[in-house]
Amino acid sequence: MSVPTAASSVGQGADTAWATIRRGLALSPEIRDGLALTLGLALLATAGRVVVPIAVQQTIDRGLLRPGGADLGFVRWMCLVAGVAVLVTAGAAFLMNVRIFRASEAGLATLRVHAFRHVHDLSVLTQNTERRGSLVSRVTSDVDTLSQFVQWGGLLLVVSVGQLLVATVIMAVYSWQLTVLVWACFLPLFLLLRHFQRLVSAAYTVVRERVGAMLGAVSESVVGAPAVRAYAIEERTQSRIDDAVEQHRAAATRAQRLVAFSFTTGEIVAGVANATVVVVGVMLGLAGELTLGALLAFLFLITLFVGPVQVGTEVLNEAQNAVAGWRRVLGVIDTPADVADPGHAGRALPRGPIDVRFDAVSYAYPNGPTVLCEVDVAIPPRSRIAVVGETGSGKTTFAKLLTRLMDPVAGRILLDGVDLREIRFASLRERVVMVPQEGFLFDDTLAANVRYGRPDASDDDIRLALTELGLLEWLDSLPEGQATQVGQRGESLSAGERQLVALARAYLADPDLLVLDEATSAVDPATEVRLARALEGITRGRTAVTIAHRLSTAEAADQVLVFDDGRLVQRGPHAALVAADGTYAGLHAAWVSQSH
Amino acid sequence: MTDRSDQVTLREGLAVLGRAVRDEPGIFAVAVTGSAVFGAATALTAAVIGAVTDRVIVPAFARGHTTTAALAGAAVAIVGVSVLKAAGIVTRRYFAGVMQYRLQARYRRRVTRQYLRLPLSWHHRHPTGQLLSNANADVEAAWYPIAPFPMAVGVLVMLVVAVVAVVLTDPALAAVGLLVFPAILLVNLLYQRRLSPLATRSQALRAELSGVAHESFDGALVVKSLGREAEETARFAAVARELRDANTAVGTVRGAFDPVLEALPSIGVLAVLLVGSTRVSAGTLDPGALVSVAYLLMVVAFPIRAIGWVLGELPRAVVGWRRVDRVLSATGAPSYGDVPAGDGQAPVHLGVSDVSFAYTGRDPGQAYDVLRGVTLEVAPGRTVAVVGPTGSGKSTLASLLVRLVDPRTGRILIDGTDVRDLARGEVAGAVALVFQHAFVFDDSIRENVTLGADFTDEQVWSALRLAQADRFVAALPAGLDSVVGERGATLSGGQRQRLALARAVVRRPRLLVLDDATSAVDPEVERRILAGLRDAALPATVVVVAYRRATIALADEVVYVEHGRVLARGTHEELLAASAGYRNLLTAYERDAAERAALRAEEERDGADVFADDGVAR
Repeated sequence: MSVPTAASSVGQGADTAWATIRRGLALSPEIRDGLALTLGLALLATAGRVVVPIAVQQTIDRGLLRPGGADLGFVRWMCLVAGVAVLVTAGAAFLMNVRIFRASEAGLATLRVHAFRHVHDLSVLTQNTERRGSLVSRVTSDVDTLSQFVQWGGLLLVVSVGQLLVATVIMAVYSWQLTVLVWACFLPLFLLLRHFQRLVSAAYTVVRERVGAMLGAVSESVVGAPAVRAYAIEERTQSRIDDAVEQHRAAATRAQRLVAFSFTTGEIVAGVANATVVVVGVMLGLAGELTLGALLAFLFLITLFVGPVQVGTEVLNEAQNAVAGWRRVLGVIDTPADVADPGHAGRALPRGPIDVRFDAVSYAYPNGPTVLCEVDVAIPPRSRIAVVGETGSGKTTFAKLLTRLMDPVAGRILLDGVDLREIRFASLRERVVMVPQEGFLFDDTLAANVRYGRPDASDDDIRLALTELGLLEWLDSLPEGQATQVGQRGESLSAGERQLVALARAYLADPDLLVLDEATSAVDPATEVRLARALEGITRGRTAVTIAHRLSTAEAADQVLVFDDGRLVQRGPHAALVAADGTYAGLHAAWVSQSH
Repeated sequence: MTDRSDQVTLREGLAVLGRAVRDEPGIFAVAVTGSAVFGAATALTAAVIGAVTDRVIVPAFARGHTTTAALAGAAVAIVGVSVLKAAGIVTRRYFAGVMQYRLQARYRRRVTRQYLRLPLSWHHRHPTGQLLSNANADVEAAWYPIAPFPMAVGVLVMLVVAVVAVVLTDPALAAVGLLVFPAILLVNLLYQRRLSPLATRSQALRAELSGVAHESFDGALVVKSLGREAEETARFAAVARELRDANTAVGTVRGAFDPVLEALPSIGVLAVLLVGSTRVSAGTLDPGALVSVAYLLMVVAFPIRAIGWVLGELPRAVVGWRRVDRVLSATGAPSYGDVPAGDGQAPVHLGVSDVSFAYTGRDPGQAYDVLRGVTLEVAPGRTVAVVGPTGSGKSTLASLLVRLVDPRTGRILIDGTDVRDLARGEVAGAVALVFQHAFVFDDSIRENVTLGADFTDEQVWSALRLAQADRFVAALPAGLDSVVGERGATLSGGQRQRLALARAVVRRPRLLVLDDATSAVDPEVERRILAGLRDAALPATVVVVAYRRATIALADEVVYVEHGRVLARGTHEELLAASAGYRNLLTAYERDAAERAALRAEEERDGADVFADDGVAR
């Protein structure tokens, strides 16, 4: 019945770094906003960094050490120039930093929110309940990785390339031959770096994956704490976490080793370039092609060339980590939503009694077995339907298709004659609400959780809803009534109480079609019967589809749908089905022997 | 308005660094050595270039010729010194990374050990998102300065040498130039003042963001089925925006600190030049001495920048460390005695003596009673059903029996011994609890059943058979080796419950506690499970929380609980007769069915009457 599915996996995103960056920038346009001005400030700051040492150099060479005694006026004047340059540099650097932070944080917030919104459209969430932990890392730590790069790296890379070009031009003025030589020395490095970048990129991809796995292992120890405690498997759990932590450490260290070596290559190439320039420069000088002054100046200029190469290498390495994170975030965003909201292209249906029809509907998990086969059924408005069958017979699939948590692989489901896929989510979710078995609650008050069904409901509305459901006595038995904090996932309440809140929440939402999937399985029989009666009373105007193991529900339904092995095998009122010799009669006999 | 406790002091920052050095002294020493080699090689580079200029280049141009040996020597010297520099860099960077990641790993292990050690009540008070963030983002933040740290320490030598040289050259000028240091201290103080509350807020928001994402993804089915994606996104976006603003604020302070720190040494040099030049013109200072002082101060700029990188990261590191430390120093782990739980096979004699329990909310002052004075005794091998309305405290009682929580007052006795006196692991060795919501580990079916203990496949299959899980497991692509959970197949609620049941029975517990453990299983399957449990004749005392008649029918005795109190106990028949609450609960379906049948009959009769009336009317 349940199989790992292709649809439940999340993509890894674009392949190449540039493709990732292009796509990422398209999704976070804020990063590019005002980039020209920021770049201008960056150039100013970079220029300042070059001007200040030169000004100091000039002060000393031409002011203090002037042949024939120090020129005090010149010294003071140059100090003033240098002082202004220092202030301008600092000011420009400050403004640049602030602009980068503002732009990148804005862009990354957009990216996070975008990814978060999209995760909710992925079936992974509703079909593969366990994967949620690692999805969290995609909207948190993966995005954080990115911020470091965008803030320190991206611009530095641009500035470095600029400085590299400026240095090349100045060097060429002194000696084109030596300039070609320097490039010839560095060219193999640039080629080598491409190779290194690939290795570094692969290493960081592994690091990001292991962060996800590590968070998964840690969350197991947090979310599964009761099970760990009850079976005293602390040591085993710890060793699993230790493994994940160790795997991450090993991967991160490996990446660091690659980064350290690739960075160092630049240093050695710089040494080789320096040595070559000395040797060739002297030979050129002896051949009369170069003056001594030009060669010495050139030796100084090489440092201006080497600096940006090293910074660039550093940034590129950092970038690989960021791109690996970015890729994971984009991977989420670029995974197509399995069940897409038609949005404005879709139709909005008016409220009112609802009519449902299944037209030859089949469902199969991708690469998996068929779990629902050619189901044809019509559910008239205002009817009460019970869906029964053994575990794995297709009941829950039926409910998920009916509420469009999944789409059929064949056939159509029509709501008031309109294909579900053509109805806007906003309209659909207003009319059709499902209450799942596990009554998940948010870490808030009971009232806030019920209000989740209808955000504008007042405390009185909530109390009224609970009263109508016959839950007032229970509510008043709680220590703080509506204001009771339910705890994480609602864990301060019992499983049955969580289901009561979940039911009240759906009831308050007031849908035209209410689908209950084992929604009261943990509730005591007396309360369940009371709830069923209450729901009948108030569901007169609406259609109700109830999936239940407890066949008490079926006895009260207008029609019972009996599923067996993915097929709708019987339908009709309870009395008729009990009389008929079939699946239902067997189920009912088991139920009676269990509960009466 | 900043809270005093948000303030980070330099001392605290240095303490974090000190801890790192104490934890990894060897690796730190290697990294610092690498950094020192780099510093020395940098100084050597200047010397080598100078020497090559003086001895090779200038003579060559002067004489018009040179020797191959001279050129080769120059080339070897230049390349050699850069290789030395490279070796320094590689050593420093690699070992700084090794140190940083080792520290991260060490503290992640420590933090998660605490998660596994601290009581469940502690877990209840701390949101999942925060705990994930403590183990991840906060540990990372705490050790972030370790990357530039060896560099800063390694180049301290450079700093000291340069400062000594300056002082020796001209103490008066040195006094002017070295004013840079108090200025840096002052700037750093201001920086810490401004940054630490912002960094605290940023880390807290990181945790909150992770919490919202975790909760929202956890509740995805609810979000989706109620169509609340937009509201959830708005909730996440609100925190994301706060985090954005907090990070931007951090960036603004950080963005001011770095340029100022970079500018200070330059300003120092300029000040020295200005002051010095006056003295030069007055003839009281040799221009050469002034130049050396200026150069030396320029040399100082680099170590200062390296130290600035560390200082810049410190406030965030301290904030991260504090959050980590809060977990590490949390107390209240359950204490264990040293009594063994007795011999292996015999069923447990269970005693619950005047037990009361209250849950504490997130605010420790807020508590509410769940169990009040519960007393219960189960003889070895007997089966007791605990029955009661929703929210009456049954699950709490179940979790007390396996010592997931300890009672506020009263005692839980296993074979006469208070569970708190039993040695660690002894309770779990004797008692198995099956939860209503089965937790499935990210692992194979086999591992989910054995939980790492030594059971043969035979035993695993037989447990799965007993739990009626053998059929669906056999149908999985890899059988026992099929991975379920995070990376694997999804199991339905009923399948998960059966897997959890197999996990319990494979251990042949002496006390088996079933907390409504078959609620998601359909009646026929449940019937087979119960029959299996009976036939398997597990030598176990069984406590079963249930609503279904058939489950209750298994019990020798029934305990009826309401509002945390035991109201009645006895056989099913006795309770039906004696307890109105129990009767009301247990016969709910029958009464309902009977009433409906009556109603239907009435409707039919009414229908017939109408027909008859019509007939009469005609």
